[in-house]
Amino acid sequence: MAYESPDFFALDELLTEEERMVRDSVRDWVEERVLPDISDHYLAGTFPMELIAEMAELGLLGAGIDGYDCPGLGPVAYGLILQELERGDSGIRSFVSVQGSLVMWPIHAFGSEEQKQRWLPAMHRGEAIGCFGLTEPDHGSDPGGMETKAKKTDNGYVLNGAKMWITNGSMSDVALVWAKLDGRVHGFLVEKGTPGFTQQQMKHKYSLRASDTSELILQDVEVPADAIFPGVSGLKGPLNCLTQARSGIAWGAAGAAMACYDEARRYVAERVQFGRPLAGRQLVQAKLAEMLSEITKMQLMNLRLGRLKEAGKMTPQQVSMAKRNACWHALQIARTCRDMLGANGITGEYQVMRHMCNLESVITYEGTHDIHTLILGHKITGVEAFR
Amino acid sequence: MDIIVCMKRVPDSAAKITVAGDAKSIEQDGVDHVISPYDEIAVEKALQLKEAHGGTVTVVCLGVAAATKEIRQALAMGADQAVHLKDAGGNRGPLEIAQALAGVIKGRACDLLLFGKQSIDADNGAVGVMVARLLDLPVVSLVAQLDVADGRATVHRQSEVGTEVIEVTLPAAFTVQRGLAEPRYPKIKGIMQAKKKPLEEIDAPAPAGTMALDKLEPPAAREGGRIVGEGKDAVGELVRLLSQEAKVLS
Ligand SMILES: Cc1cc2nc3c(=O)[nH]c(=O)nc-3n(C[C@H](O)[C@H](O)[C@H](O)COP(=O)(O)OP(=O)(O)OC[C@H]3O[C@@H](n4cnc5c(N)ncnc54)[C@H](O)[C@@H]3O)c2cc1C
Repeated sequence: MAYESPDFFALDELLTEEERMVRDSVRDWVEERVLPDISDHYLAGTFPMELIAEMAELGLLGAGIDGYDCPGLGPVAYGLILQELERGDSGIRSFVSVQGSLVMWPIHAFGSEEQKQRWLPAMHRGEAIGCFGLTEPDHGSDPGGMETKAKKTDNGYVLNGAKMWITNGSMSDVALVWAKLDGRVHGFLVEKGTPGFTQQQMKHKYSLRASDTSELILQDVEVPADAIFPGVSGLKGPLNCLTQARSGIAWGAAGAAMACYDEARRYVAERVQFGRPLAGRQLVQAKLAEMLSEITKMQLMNLRLGRLKEAGKMTPQQVSMAKRNACWHALQIARTCRDMLGANGITGEYQVMRHMCNLESVITYEGTHDIHTLILGHKITGVEAFR
Repeated sequence: MDIIVCMKRVPDSAAKITVAGDAKSIEQDGVDHVISPYDEIAVEKALQLKEAHGGTVTVVCLGVAAATKEIRQALAMGADQAVHLKDAGGNRGPLEIAQALAGVIKGRACDLLLFGKQSIDADNGAVGVMVARLLDLPVVSLVAQLDVADGRATVHRQSEVGTEVIEVTLPAAFTVQRGLAEPRYPKIKGIMQAKKKPLEEIDAPAPAGTMALDKLEPPAAREGGRIVGEGKDAVGELVRLLSQEAKVLS
């Protein structure tokens, strides 16, 4: 039985023909190119490198960027791309989010003209891969405490420090490293192979296994004067990037939830216990009803968020709510579906457990669930609770 | 080289088809539509030929108003322009469809006219060759390989009996089958350009009423199998039934 994408409130009707066509193209591609092999990659702990060229060919990398050979796609269509990619696997969506929202977007927003010319077209074509280095071993939720430092030299800057948990970190041709220069956060573009710069894959993950998560070590790394972002300083640089990426994560998490729900719905229709299909049991129906309701709410929130972004009215707090809500419910849905598939649910023959494990990362990165709770709490009360 | 591809909107092969209450049409609710898969192969081949030799690709679709979706899909894949022959309803047999298509193709620049070997809903496999005849073009059906050079096409026509290799001077028409090309996924830029490409809308001539659809019935449910025995002993009876009852052995 083919995948039936849940659309209980007929949101399709609120999409433009272009948005639907983009979504359908990516959906078909995921079905034929991602799903057949992703379980093997997940078990092997490898990212499907062979798909990068195909995603580039489709135009998915930095699809939201306008100019520099990029298509300038609207936020709803872009969100739908991420939703469909994560229907395949969170690792694939993470690759695209990092490349597009966390590296290309800041280069476009804060970079020099030379940096844009040099990187954006190549990154859109998938010929250069990027990563975003903010988190450090000792500073995750509180990036302002970062210890990575830059010092001005005669020819440029010298960087020292370490970044951890960096998606695409080892495969990257260019790392956007956030470091403090005279106590203020700045962005630096550090290229693969620069002396003193080590990119090292992290092993033994139980989550996001089909993704390159790495450590970046910077030991007296000398970069030229034009490696710094001229357009931004302070934490608002990285935080603005995260707002971009987080809105995409809300769409992505919905995609993972949709994949799990659809798989469980099909499974219980066929699985017979005590003489009839599980689908006819009230406990099972209660779960399906609950899950479809949550998926529908996520979809509504995402669509509205996309339209607000289109109109230039989206706030970081709205993004926090959408990311927090989608990740939380997607994870609950994945766990419920895992349970509904019984023993089959723990195998690579089905998707639920892979999504469930992936979502543990998705609910953690780009601001944990509780950090988004505190962002909302701050907005509601005017009182900051995290410091 | 100017290429025209005729394409039809059909229900997705994955859709569950049920007969509607009027017993004359299929239930449209919840049924996705697509470019008929063989036509989509023809579109892909046309695009590949254009990329290799230059020229234009025009798609022509006789279909209901909603077929703009499938037309845009072909434009998103890379076709340059489209003609939508808008069908306001009524029944048309293959000849009437062919006449309507030939009517809009006539007079347009066309070195190569492509069709799918059949649509996956009506399955007549007739329209392509009929249009070619009406336009006085040479036609080869069931094409699985197509190369063009110096105003000639070399094609492989594949059927149950084997492969015929045929050379034709252009302009010519071909109906194509699986194996010829693998349809591409529309790319983001293609999709964004699609809405800006020329789409000519023409009202299709009203059906002449030469064909009426009387009744639509789902295929009879298949009967369960029958076990005629076990092991070697069953072979004699099985052969007898296959030849005398099922008449699949002679
Ligand atoms: C697979 C994966 C990929 C990643 N990719 C990237 C990447 O590409 N680039 C990058 O820069 N980072 C990346 N990260 C890092 C990620 O953003 C951080 O892990 C995340 O921000 C949380 O930081 P931490 O792990 O240090 O947890 P901590 O900040 O130590 O948090 C631990 C727990 O404490 C809670 N907590 C923290 N502060 C407070 C507070 N004030 N009040 C109450 N509770 C609090 C948190 O909610 C959490 O539950 C990735 C992480 C993973 C798992």
